[in-house]
Amino acid sequence: MTKYEVVIGLEVHAQMLTETKIFCGCSTKFGAEPNTQTCPVDIGMPGVLPVLNRKAVEFAIRTGLAMQCSISPYSRFARKNYFYPDLPKGYQVSQYELPICEGGYVEIVVDGQVKSIGITRIHMEEDAGKNIHGGEGRYSFVDLNRAGVPLMEIVSEPDIRSPKEAAEYMRKIRSIVRYLGVCDGNMEQGSLRCDANISLRPVGQEELGTRAELKNMNSFRFIEKALEYEVKRQTRILQEGGEVVQETRLWDAAAGVTQAMRSKEEAHDYRYFPEPDLVPIQVEQAWVEGIRSALPELPDAKRERFVSRYGLPEYDAESLTAEKAVAAWYEEAVKAGGQPKAVANWMMGELTRLLNEKDLSIEESPVKPAQLAEMLLLIDKGTISGKIAKTVFEEMCRSGKDAGVIVKEQGLLQISDEGAIEKAVDEVITRSQKEVERYKAGDEKLLSFFVGQVMKAMKGKANPQILNDLVKKRLL
Amino acid sequence: MKLNELTISELRKLLDTGEIKPSEILDDVYSRIDEVEGRVKAYITVTRDNAYAMADNAERVIASGAATALTGIPVAVKDNMCTKGVLTTCASKMLANFVPPYESTVTRKLAEQNYILTGKANMDEFAMGSSTENSGFHTTRNPWDLERIPGGSSGGSAAAVAADECIAAIGSDTGGSIRQPASMCGVVGLKPTYGRVSRYGLVAFASSLDQIGPLTKNVRDAALMMNAISGHDPLDSTSAPVTVPDFTAALGQDIKGMKIGIPKEYFVPGMDHEVEDAVRTAIRNLEALGAFPVEVSLPHTEYAIATYYVLATSEASSNLARYDGVKYGFRAEGRDLLDMYKNTRAQGFGPEVKRRIMLGTYALSSGYYDAYYKKGQQVRTLIKQDFDNALREVDVIVTPTAPTPAFKIGEKATDPLRMYLSDICTISVNLAGAPALVLPCGSTHAGLPVGLQIIGRHFDEESLLKVAYAYEQNTEWHTRRAQL
Repeated sequence: MTKYEVVIGLEVHAQMLTETKIFCGCSTKFGAEPNTQTCPVDIGMPGVLPVLNRKAVEFAIRTGLAMQCSISPYSRFARKNYFYPDLPKGYQVSQYELPICEGGYVEIVVDGQVKSIGITRIHMEEDAGKNIHGGEGRYSFVDLNRAGVPLMEIVSEPDIRSPKEAAEYMRKIRSIVRYLGVCDGNMEQGSLRCDANISLRPVGQEELGTRAELKNMNSFRFIEKALEYEVKRQTRILQEGGEVVQETRLWDAAAGVTQAMRSKEEAHDYRYFPEPDLVPIQVEQAWVEGIRSALPELPDAKRERFVSRYGLPEYDAESLTAEKAVAAWYEEAVKAGGQPKAVANWMMGELTRLLNEKDLSIEESPVKPAQLAEMLLLIDKGTISGKIAKTVFEEMCRSGKDAGVIVKEQGLLQISDEGAIEKAVDEVITRSQKEVERYKAGDEKLLSFFVGQVMKAMKGKANPQILNDLVKKRLL
Repeated sequence: MKLNELTISELRKLLDTGEIKPSEILDDVYSRIDEVEGRVKAYITVTRDNAYAMADNAERVIASGAATALTGIPVAVKDNMCTKGVLTTCASKMLANFVPPYESTVTRKLAEQNYILTGKANMDEFAMGSSTENSGFHTTRNPWDLERIPGGSSGGSAAAVAADECIAAIGSDTGGSIRQPASMCGVVGLKPTYGRVSRYGLVAFASSLDQIGPLTKNVRDAALMMNAISGHDPLDSTSAPVTVPDFTAALGQDIKGMKIGIPKEYFVPGMDHEVEDAVRTAIRNLEALGAFPVEVSLPHTEYAIATYYVLATSEASSNLARYDGVKYGFRAEGRDLLDMYKNTRAQGFGPEVKRRIMLGTYALSSGYYDAYYKKGQQVRTLIKQDFDNALREVDVIVTPTAPTPAFKIGEKATDPLRMYLSDICTISVNLAGAPALVLPCGSTHAGLPVGLQIIGRHFDEESLLKVAYAYEQNTEWHTRRAQL
């Protein structure tokens, strides 16, 4: 049977975090009463004209630089013509022939390996409004608050080779735009959206297969699921000797399938042509350099630094640098004396779990970086055991108190006094004669039984190393 | 003498010395409208009550000593410029009920001078046409001969000025729409350089060609209107950030030694002899005033009409997409969304508008874009270079405005191609983005006006005004009035 290679390219739409819309002064704030953030310009009234928001251009340049793109000194807008009620002018002002950014890349980590995904282009455009269906009667409603909100479309090369990579790529894009402060990355509210082009080809073949375009995937999970479904669907078609139809397909999250929306024959002819109401955008090099010099350290650079400076594995480094605030928290904890790998483990494990439970962001964490560092020092010094530390940490999250205070208050100090431990060991051995017999008969797995029983008796405070040694010695 | 027959500068003196009040000018304007409008039909909407309110306001401004050139002057505005709270129809059924909640920059600037809006002037629907016969409401008549068209698309503006139904008017020019009706109605019309006047609030026909300008009774009034409406506008990115001179300073300057280019391509076979004679006589007059006529060539002239009808219709097909029945204006019901779109656009637009939307849609279609739109842009560059080259040799270029005087109503209405040819002398100028002024320079045996076109360098409207004023001061054509 033929083996197929999956080829995926993503088109990501990111709403820019500008105060005002791309071609007028209306607010971009999400969630206002329908049609309250509109004016003659974004409603598309007769005779009105667009005026470009300079901030939107700056954000696009910032994003382009962060993705290693070249910034076009001369670019321009074009009109994309089609009729739809949420598109008030009957055309979308977008960029076509001369986009603002071209030819960059971003890096993702897959199975511990770094992989580079090419960026074909980034262009600016205006968002459309929203049609609201399902009211009473035969009419739908149109809300134009979103019409004219600035978008960036980030188009990748067809470099992505699996649904998992696609989700990783999307995570990286989200991470970068959030680092840059150009987009809030909220996929649920639609401020970050993606369409995927996916095709299959026999392994070794150069030429691309016929692709389907997938829409409506508003979470990382759905991106992966929709693409997995599509891989299976296209594989089955090809293996049965059929042909994939070039078409647009919608992901139906409830049904877990993609469904055909429109085929190539029905596809729009957008009749792109240069937007005559706007002059070409001329970007001066000095402006670009100014924006470049103000760029923050970006996720990829930070990841590399975390690997080299803290000796973290790629996976840990990638995970800790995805969010700027998480990375900052990490570095603060290390600076406060936390051992780098231990801080990483606790952050990716207990801290993440507890924050998720309470639905808190890292900024809202009741435990501060220095507090984690202090707790780790207590483990290092043998003041508390790793097991007790989990209890202590939970209490820290609940009360916000320092580890040392909790240990003192609750008498959780680790017991390293051999005499005390020995006493407890003896008690357990005395009342567990059956298990002793079996252990001596060769069932060595029972060692942990004894250790566990003693630990329980000592409320988890026994020094595990000493405890282990003593149990072994007594059972000889 | 009735006040409505006077010019802006004549009225200015009377107003500033307190001899007359703005409302008295309006009395004469509206009694003239009552007398002749039934025959001329220059207006779509007459805003009489509003005008008297504006007159009261102007009177106060004059009394306070803060009057400017246009304070208290009654002006007609072409109905494709948005006037807040005043019906703006574009002569289309599509916008028959459209009252803009915003003001165009040009009328805002006029309002800052406390002008008086007399009403909204008739035009070809969406400014597409050369006769006003494409108006969705009625055809305007030429005041010189009511059987004839006034030219177009700013035919209502030109006729209103020629019939003394206002003191001056504002029009728009995409391919000759100010100049051709000015020529046919015997008034002065000026199409400024592209970017000189803000297009904000001008309902777009072809965005890269549209430009607003004045229609007036003489050259000085044109300069005064230009002073009022010119200048960069933050609301129009295509308006140029260039300084605006006092255009009246050019008036009265000597034209001795100026080089006047005569493009051979503009004296086309089939041109009306009386038109050609009038223009050639005018050139001799300019020579007598000390100018040097020089033959120049604009070699790509023959491609101008084809280029124009590709580019202008392409832009129009997109600009007019917003009239879909969803948000404002006319809506025809339908079974579903697509049906509503189709019915609305089928019933809301007239035949010429639909013809141009179809032409433009075709030209931009996938597979045709390179052959039409892109090629058109390339030829446009060549046409612009023609003007640049010629205007390096000469100061201005002088040509006829239209190949014929005003034609009969209905004469070309069923033949779009012949109608398109009536713009042959004006269209290239829009493609080049250059400024051009038209002023009366003769009369046919039948008494129909003939206009002389003067074309200049980008942002050099002053040379046009200078030459035109010199010519006007030495001829009597501008003093002829239409007898109604």
